[in-house]
Amino acid sequence: MARIELRGVAHAYVPSPASDKDWALRPLELVWQDGGAYALLGPSGCGKTTLLNIISGLLRPTRGQVLINGVDVTAAPPQARNIAQVFQFPVIYDTMTVAENLAFPLRNRGVSRAETQARVEEVASLLELTGDLKLRASGLSADMRQRISLGRGLVRKDVAAILLDEPLTVIDPHVKWLLRRKLKQVHESLKVTLVYVTHDQVEALTLADQVVVMNLGRVVQAGTPQELFERPADTFVGYFIGSPGMNLLPCMVEEGAAVVEGQKIALPPEVCASAKKGGGELRLGIRPEFLRRVAEGTPSAVRVEVSQVEDLGRYRIATARLGQQVVKVRLPEEERVVAGESCWLEFPAQRTTLYVDGRAVT
Amino acid sequence: MDKPTNNRAWLLVVPVLLVVAFSAVIPLMTVVNYSVQDILGPEQHVFVGTEWFRKMLRDPELHGALRRQLGYSLAVLVIEIPLGIGLALMLPMRGRAASLSLVVLALPLLIPWNVVGTIWQIFARGDIGLLGVAVNKLGLDYNYTADALDAWLTVLVMDVWHWTPLVALLCYAGLRAIPEPFYQAARIDGASAWATFRYIQLPRLRGVLTIAVLLRFMDSFMIYTEPFVLTGGGPGNATTFLSQYLTRLAVGQFDLGPAAAFSLVYFLVVLLFSYIFYTAMTQAGRSEAR
Amino acid sequence: MRLSRLGVPLYLLLSLVPVYWLVGMSLKTNEEILGGFTLIPREPTLANYAVIFTDPSWNQGYINSLTYVGINTVLSVLLALPAAYAFSRYRFLGDTHLFFWLLSNRMAPPAVFLLPFFQLYSSIGLFDTPWAVAMAHMLFTVPLAVWILEGFMSGVPREIDETAFIDGYSFPRFFVRIFLPLVRSGVGVTAFFCFMFSWVELLLARTLTSVDTKPIAATMTRTVSAAGMDWGVLAAAGVITLVPGAIVIYFVRNYIAKGFALGRV
Repeated sequence: MARIELRGVAHAYVPSPASDKDWALRPLELVWQDGGAYALLGPSGCGKTTLLNIISGLLRPTRGQVLINGVDVTAAPPQARNIAQVFQFPVIYDTMTVAENLAFPLRNRGVSRAETQARVEEVASLLELTGDLKLRASGLSADMRQRISLGRGLVRKDVAAILLDEPLTVIDPHVKWLLRRKLKQVHESLKVTLVYVTHDQVEALTLADQVVVMNLGRVVQAGTPQELFERPADTFVGYFIGSPGMNLLPCMVEEGAAVVEGQKIALPPEVCASAKKGGGELRLGIRPEFLRRVAEGTPSAVRVEVSQVEDLGRYRIATARLGQQVVKVRLPEEERVVAGESCWLEFPAQRTTLYVDGRAVT
Repeated sequence: MDKPTNNRAWLLVVPVLLVVAFSAVIPLMTVVNYSVQDILGPEQHVFVGTEWFRKMLRDPELHGALRRQLGYSLAVLVIEIPLGIGLALMLPMRGRAASLSLVVLALPLLIPWNVVGTIWQIFARGDIGLLGVAVNKLGLDYNYTADALDAWLTVLVMDVWHWTPLVALLCYAGLRAIPEPFYQAARIDGASAWATFRYIQLPRLRGVLTIAVLLRFMDSFMIYTEPFVLTGGGPGNATTFLSQYLTRLAVGQFDLGPAAAFSLVYFLVVLLFSYIFYTAMTQAGRSEAR
Repeated sequence: MRLSRLGVPLYLLLSLVPVYWLVGMSLKTNEEILGGFTLIPREPTLANYAVIFTDPSWNQGYINSLTYVGINTVLSVLLALPAAYAFSRYRFLGDTHLFFWLLSNRMAPPAVFLLPFFQLYSSIGLFDTPWAVAMAHMLFTVPLAVWILEGFMSGVPREIDETAFIDGYSFPRFFVRIFLPLVRSGVGVTAFFCFMFSWVELLLARTLTSVDTKPIAATMTRTVSAAGMDWGVLAAAGVITLVPGAIVIYFVRNYIAKGFALGRV
């Protein structure tokens, strides 16, 4: 269990960073509480692995401090930090058996044989590896090898946090959910702080209590999966999360309404006023799930031309044109809609967000 | 990890097969052809069957050369392989230091072999060479032209100087190919430098080490130019290795028949030992895997 | 780690001593070389280099040698790459035997091949061309290349291949953009070794060429004059042959040293 704090942490891989581009991580502040499960979500190159390696001590940040349980560990090496890390590719010692693999971190720290044995058995049963302890570690399936990697992290009693860097990347798709479930189980029974790096939003949203979305070295938004879904603070979050992502329509703003392709959409007046004050590029955001189909003639309804309908079983995704813009709507299966016909959509005010230069206006 | 069976993989191998077979098969046939004949002149061949082979097995000079050769190759392996690994572990990993080190390291490999022999021929002389003079100044009585042991040591040191960089370069490249997460995980696991070497680096070096051992064995077993230029095989027979014996047969006496027969046997001996090394090293890997 | 700080520079320094000696010899006259021990050339002279450079066939010889060595290196690596991939990733009929047979071609002293190669390449009209030497050398360098590359390729987890195929990469694109960068150090060291073995091989190079494609090997072995061995000229020739090799290793150093880069996220 550990409280992890990052204060003003920034990192550049080049020795003398000059411009913005040289920084892999822009200065950020984060606090992660004891025992929670956190996800670092973002596309390739956004800096999440860099951040993870800074927390674990494999990388020393160019600036800033890392505190674990209030202690400044910025200069401390990984072995002194009580963290465990699981990597993208299963890292196991091929020449040892499964049991020896699990015992390795303890043996290196001089733990007694008896205690090592006990811990190994405990962790093995937690990860369902008990029957395989005597097997040679090479030649095992990727999923077993990742479990062994995880086990090596858990075997140390003093482990405060487990950091996982896209651990399911090489796992067979039909086995992925098994490992995910195992992870959740482990987290619930051990209550260790878990930090999980991924570019897969499904993984992040299902595993984590809190998700930190990153892009281009910045923390874009941190919040619960629900917050990120319902109130994305950034167009990046809106578009990255959700399948399909949020609709982002360029618009203009008038008194009490946003105007998209000539059609008016009502919005609270304070929002419109702030947006107007800000200047900058305006976009209207709404998730396909929240758009509602209404009857023709409903006031405040917006007319769109449906161009394509995808049937996904329990719901449909309709792609429609609002003037020059493309809008996607998610409709329940009962709704009959055909490509080529017109359709009227309502933009519920509490689900619609106005973005100025990518940031939400509140 | 098991490999899927896929016979279409042959297509990827065919170009290599063609090139090598083209260059290998015809000479092989020629050699086999000559080895069972007595070639008295360009058009006069007499079939003699296994006479050359039998003569060879009874030749005491051959036995001597073989014994010396085995000793030499063994010494070479015992020195060069650990030294090469050690160098590879200690060489800088990046930056200008690495560039400089790699270039300097590789220099001995790039010198034509007869020039190598020539350098050491003068270098080791007690009267006009740096090494010879230095060793004699230290009070040791060193003369590689007269003393058999000195000759052996000189040839050995020359070989180590010449070929250890090969082992070092191979191992260095092999070490660089180990993914960073392995080292990172080892740090987190608190592994010592020795444990990191034993459990991560050495197992993953097995591929390059097999190649290094086989190459050094084969090349040292066939070594000709360098010792010949340095000592001419002497003093006496002390540094006459197998290849020189063959050349003396083929060129000195210009007897193609026995030379061909000997070439065949030579080839088979190298093949046998190489096969033993190869199997031993790949089995070691497989037994660790299962 | 004090040993590691001292060990390498010490070894490299010792290793350079014979090289220094070579350079020294190239700057001395034969009399000085054989006359007595001098650490530094008493009267440094460039006469030896002059002998070589005034030989009109020298420059051409340099180019000839570089030609066949270049052909050999490029072809060896290109041919070996797919073959090594096949050996490393798949099992197929006769694979272990083929693998070992490849290397067995290096198990006979090159002297054995002199006469047969001479007859072979003469009969197909490639005698005295860089192709003859390149192909003869390929008998030795291609198996080496396949072996070295196979070792490195086997170190790349197969999961990477599978992930790439799932992501929709075609095989050539996967091979060039994803796989090759991962075995960079192997390719670098392979290219260097092919270059090296071909560059220093004198016997076959001399036998398979005469006038058109005379390589530097010819100058190398022509240094015995009426007065005996021409040590100085031989040493100068040795120094000059060092140069291309040093350039090659300088070029491939990044490939050798960079190794496995999984990419940064």
